[in-house]
Amino acid sequence: METGIAISFWILAALIIASALAVVLLRNIFHAALFLVLCFFTIAGIFVILSADFLAAAQVLIYVGAIAVLIIFAIMLTRETQRGSPSGRLRLPALMLGLLFLATMVFVVVSTDWQVIKEIPDQATTSAIAQALFSGEEGFVLPLEIAAALLLAAIIGAIVLVRER
Amino acid sequence: MVVGLEHFLILSAILFSIGLYGALAKRNAVVILMSIEIMLNAVNIAMVAFWRYIAPVLMTGQVFVIFIMVVAAAEVAVGLAIIIAIYRSRETVDAEQIDLMKW
Repeated sequence: METGIAISFWILAALIIASALAVVLLRNIFHAALFLVLCFFTIAGIFVILSADFLAAAQVLIYVGAIAVLIIFAIMLTRETQRGSPSGRLRLPALMLGLLFLATMVFVVVSTDWQVIKEIPDQATTSAIAQALFSGEEGFVLPLEIAAALLLAAIIGAIVLVRER
Repeated sequence: MVVGLEHFLILSAILFSIGLYGALAKRNAVVILMSIEIMLNAVNIAMVAFWRYIAPVLMTGQVFVIFIMVVAAAEVAVGLAIIIAIYRSRETVDAEQIDLMKW
């Protein structure tokens, strides 16, 4: 059980990092978008390892199903595929900043003494998430309603922006 | 070798750094948006790892991930609409040529 989780973690982690690198390094935008889909899909696998079943399903539905298709549509509509995705003037500073951030984060993560809980809950999380989202006093009902209003505003804004005049 | 909290956090940090590099270095606006999505996904991995290893009884970590997904969906919809609108008027999505509001 434990070794199985470890093996699948290392495979998924290698796939995630390789596909994310492909997204930022490949010159062909369409191939980069396909690698982005692979990256989202393997992140759903990481959620499964972390026993977050509902989030894994939501990841596949929202990111792989909706956002990736939207991005591929945008690539088709802008017809920039032949020009590729070249790097700008900020390439070296961006590389330095990324490595600096990575070094800082790794140092902080390794040097912190995390209070890890030993026993792990092994039941489905969907009903617990629903309880947390919808239960009155200490729940997240108000943010949920605001999120619905935000989605509506985003849809209307997108329609207004791309409307033919 | 047992996989623990640190492994997931370092994976998330690597993914966030890759997204940060892409968002800063790339010139195509669609690729910049893709890099921002990678950064948001890195944060989601960290959130779920904290939920699993630090506070599995409180569902706050997973609820936050759901809200991040909602905001990311809204952001992609509006961002791609803006990119397509810019492409219509200026025939380019190169971030270094879209400098009308630059000082």
